Amino acid sequence: MTTRVAARAVGLTKAYGQGEARVVALDDVSVELEAGRFTAIMGPSGSGKSTLMHCFAALDSPTDGQVFLGEDELGRLGDKRLTELRRDRIGFVFQSFNLVPTLTAQENILLPLAIAGRKPNQEWFDHVIDTVGLRTRLSHRPNELSGGQQQRVACARALAGRPEVIFADEPTGNLDSTSSDEILQFLRHSVDELGQTIVMVTHDPLAAGYTDRIVFLADGRVVDEMLEPTSDLVLDRMKNLDARLPSEA
Amino acid sequence: MLRASWKSLWARKIRLLLSTFAIVLGVAFVAGSLVFTATLDRAFTSIMNGTVGDVMVRPAGQKANEAFAQTRTVPASVVDQVRRVPGVARAEGDVSSYSTFVVGRNGKIVGGQGAPGIAVSYHDAPAGHGTPGLTVREGRAPQRSGEIAMDPATAKRADYRVGDTVNVVTSGRTPRLSARLVGLASYSAGSLVGASLVVLDPATAQQTYFAGRDVFTDVWVTAEPGHDQAALRKAVAQVLPPGTEVVTGDQAADEASDDIKDALSFISTFLLIFAGVALVVGSFLIVNTFSILVAQRSRELALLRALGASRRQVTRSVLFEAVAVGLVGSTVGLGLGFVLALGIKALFAQFGLDLSGTPLEFTPRAVVAAYVVGMLVTGLAAYLPARRASRVAPVAALRDDVAMPEATVTRRALGGGLMVLAGVGALLWVLTGDRTRETYWLGAGLLGVILGAVLMSPVVGRPVIRGIGLAYRRTFGAVGTLAEQNSLRNPRRTAATASALMIGLALVVMMSVFGASATRSVDVLIAKNFTGDYVVSGTFGTPFSPTVTDQARGVPGVEAVARTRFTQAQIDGDRTGIGAVDPKPLTQVARIDVQQGSLDRLVGKTVFVTDKAAKDKGYRLGDQVRITLGGVTTPMRVVAVVKSTPALLDVTTTIAGYEAAGGPHQDNYAFVARAPGADEAQVRAGLERITAGIPTVAVKDQDEFAAEQRRPIDQMLTLIYALLGLAVVIAVLGIVNTLALSVIERTREIGLLRAVGLSRRQLRRMVRLESVVIAMLGAVLGVVIGIGFGIVLQRSQSGAGVAELAIPWGRIWLFVLLAAAVGVLAAWWPARRAARLDVLRAIATD
Ligand SMILES: Nc1ncnc2c1ncn2[C@@H]1O[C@H](COP(=O)(O)OP(=O)(O)OP(=O)(O)O)[C@@H](O)[C@H]1O
Ligand SMILES: [Mg+2]
Repeated sequence: MTTRVAARAVGLTKAYGQGEARVVALDDVSVELEAGRFTAIMGPSGSGKSTLMHCFAALDSPTDGQVFLGEDELGRLGDKRLTELRRDRIGFVFQSFNLVPTLTAQENILLPLAIAGRKPNQEWFDHVIDTVGLRTRLSHRPNELSGGQQQRVACARALAGRPEVIFADEPTGNLDSTSSDEILQFLRHSVDELGQTIVMVTHDPLAAGYTDRIVFLADGRVVDEMLEPTSDLVLDRMKNLDARLPSEA
Repeated sequence: MLRASWKSLWARKIRLLLSTFAIVLGVAFVAGSLVFTATLDRAFTSIMNGTVGDVMVRPAGQKANEAFAQTRTVPASVVDQVRRVPGVARAEGDVSSYSTFVVGRNGKIVGGQGAPGIAVSYHDAPAGHGTPGLTVREGRAPQRSGEIAMDPATAKRADYRVGDTVNVVTSGRTPRLSARLVGLASYSAGSLVGASLVVLDPATAQQTYFAGRDVFTDVWVTAEPGHDQAALRKAVAQVLPPGTEVVTGDQAADEASDDIKDALSFISTFLLIFAGVALVVGSFLIVNTFSILVAQRSRELALLRALGASRRQVTRSVLFEAVAVGLVGSTVGLGLGFVLALGIKALFAQFGLDLSGTPLEFTPRAVVAAYVVGMLVTGLAAYLPARRASRVAPVAALRDDVAMPEATVTRRALGGGLMVLAGVGALLWVLTGDRTRETYWLGAGLLGVILGAVLMSPVVGRPVIRGIGLAYRRTFGAVGTLAEQNSLRNPRRTAATASALMIGLALVVMMSVFGASATRSVDVLIAKNFTGDYVVSGTFGTPFSPTVTDQARGVPGVEAVARTRFTQAQIDGDRTGIGAVDPKPLTQVARIDVQQGSLDRLVGKTVFVTDKAAKDKGYRLGDQVRITLGGVTTPMRVVAVVKSTPALLDVTTTIAGYEAAGGPHQDNYAFVARAPGADEAQVRAGLERITAGIPTVAVKDQDEFAAEQRRPIDQMLTLIYALLGLAVVIAVLGIVNTLALSVIERTREIGLLRAVGLSRRQLRRMVRLESVVIAMLGAVLGVVIGIGFGIVLQRSQSGAGVAELAIPWGRIWLFVLLAAAVGVLAAWWPARRAARLDVLRAIATD
């Protein structure tokens, strides 16, 4: 199977602050995210995972280096184009507070399409809804949904517009293991059945076990990679990573 | 606890600033009106004190400044008698007039727009308490016919210098006077508050105003040193003939200034009403601001509760903020009030009420009132949110999203509905019959309706928002839906913000309905009742010399000239107006619908009455009515009852009867009818030739006359619009405030929307649409209430001349459009702020 690259970073550097207070969150990161695969990004707290996701999702701009979505280099696009890009080609799932509280589940799911003024594809919508299992909850407001259901609505929203890539930053971070299983199965399913490209940040080795590939970050650099991971392998690798850290610092 | 309050206050200073602004404006109006009133008070008291002697002798029953000053007089013999009274240093006869105007070099009248044109005879006796009286500032006093002096300010306005020949128009026997300006003279206060002062020598004054009779308007008495006013008054009283009376100078000055102050009291009433509107509208802003701030801080407050703060402490900490805000607002408002008073001073100078000689009076009353009003309103307005804050459960600190306990909207709406019903009931009760204390009930009714509407607005507003939302969704898609939902998420907040605009707009619409009705009524009245062709009248509503009317009779092509007069009088003891007409020509220029008796019998001391007066007062044909003018009572017989129109006073007599009773020898209007076939242009030119030399008198045809009668209504409306405009400004600030606060409140949500692809433009549009929803809600409710109020006001005044109802739809639509524009404008800053939010940082906010 030839793997197409959905997004890639080349020499990506992101620094916050100036002078003494300067923090380098990403340090010359080059990574390719393959289309149609489920990639996990792991690493200790503060290692730059969220920053990397934000740079990929056009929510933040790099200090140096380039980010490509498909063939487009994000750095060359203005705010207007980036907004459109976020709307039409990227899906994003945050750790919490994903939904607009005044809108129903259905309206939330269709929000990016509605903003763009596009008609949803009914077949696809039905498919997504059934996949997430939210059919009975469509007319509910977010405050009438459980945390797990809210995250599933957020995932459905990310999927509804058939974006090129979905970025999920610790989507299961706030959930119990049952809910988090539901979400992960759903994401896995979207990759397998719908051919969706998903990139997910997680701290949870169990969650990482659902993915096809793991990219390990530490101190803003890519330090390791693992293909076809299982949770046990991940656990081992993490221990190693943690052990290595002090010597690197 | 106090420290925590301070800190949170400081952290939220910008948000509080906007709500403070409403308080600032309200307080400014209160302070401004008090300062201005005090200034007026001082100006008039000091002026009037300088224009009277220690004791004044005058015709009995006549107060200073009264319109018929020229008919009731004191004989010259009294002056000599008073002079011989022990303790009297000097006694001087005064001749004075209040309708004598200077014609400026440009041919225009100086002043005159409401301010009197005073003429006095010259003498140099000191004023009360030994202060200087009339003082020559330049040149000398007038000594003979053909000489004149005037006050320096008038000379300057008229562009005259000593030595020039000047023109003066009077309402006396001599309508026009030409004389050489020999000097400039003024009373000690200098300023005359816009009035003009002309000084003549006594003989010329008697010639001009009393046809040369040796009589005086009053007698100015100066006491010997060491004699006080009260004692001297007693002594003088003993020598006076019947028909005259004596008062102390202090009393005379007080009466004169009280009269003027009464006449001007509408200014302060006006300002205080607007202060009330500003404060009511402002208190909505405060309630809103504090509600939002408390909602935003619920977590912090819950934490305080969790750490052991009592409910009362939480309430107090919020109230403390309110009081601090009130303090700042009051202080700034006080300063602004001072500026406002300066502004009003300048504005009134434009209208001829020149107060430039008097500095603003900064009374302690104004200061105390400013702070009491400012802090009280803020404190009361913040009390509800503060109490709500204290109800936050401590456990809320641990939860992610805290919902403040919201009192049920429906229960309030029910209360509001009852208030509206009660208000409407009161209004109907007043309108459907003759009631005592009408104004009071009317005011109570209107207040009930508006407060009830405010309480009901969250519920009543829902369908309106839904309606607008429907249009939005159709037109703006997702952005429209978001805007609609945002407006509905906190109906009370939306409604409270809209309420401010609602009140402002209700008042504006009410006044424009009333104004349009008044204008229409004037037009209808003139069209229906005035069948003549021309009206000769004073340009400022001042009376004019009867010789003008006499001359008009002689113009070729004129068929009939009807002179009309009116003045203040007592009829059977009630203070009211009395009219006088020439019965014959009157029927040729006006339509009068006689119901009983006949106008043919209207001769000499007889009157006709309106059917309304006949009903109210029980007049019947053949009855005697007792007309009291200047203390003298004349009985007259009722010979006809006519249909009431707003142009007719209750009781009208003949010109002869009027003069016999002591009415002033001045005409107010002369109605002219053209002979059939006479050339229109020629008749008019003939009439204008008469008035050409007298700028205070003008000839108008029916349309011009109607336009002239409408002008005061228009001017009043303009003034009211200007002031109500401020209420609307406050309302706009309210919208800005609410939007800005809710943008801050929704920072995370906005970040999320941006993250899923909402563009800056769409975001700005969303905020703008929300703003327009609020504005339109206020506009719709305000227009509905305003039209209702306008109708009520018109109905309540239908007896007073506003008989026709007119609803100016065009103007009302304009207001609605303006309200929408206001919405767009108000959203500008909050929308910009929302669009500028950094996406990532917004999402990270908690
Ligand atoms: N806005 C910012 N300003 C300054 N420093 C920042 C900012 N955002 C992130 N950082 C820093 O950049 C580094 C990487 O942050 P990032 O949020 O990417 O970490 P992370 O790997 O997502 O951590 P976690 O697992 O805790 O979410 C951290 O050291 C953080 O302190
Ligand atoms: Mg992170």
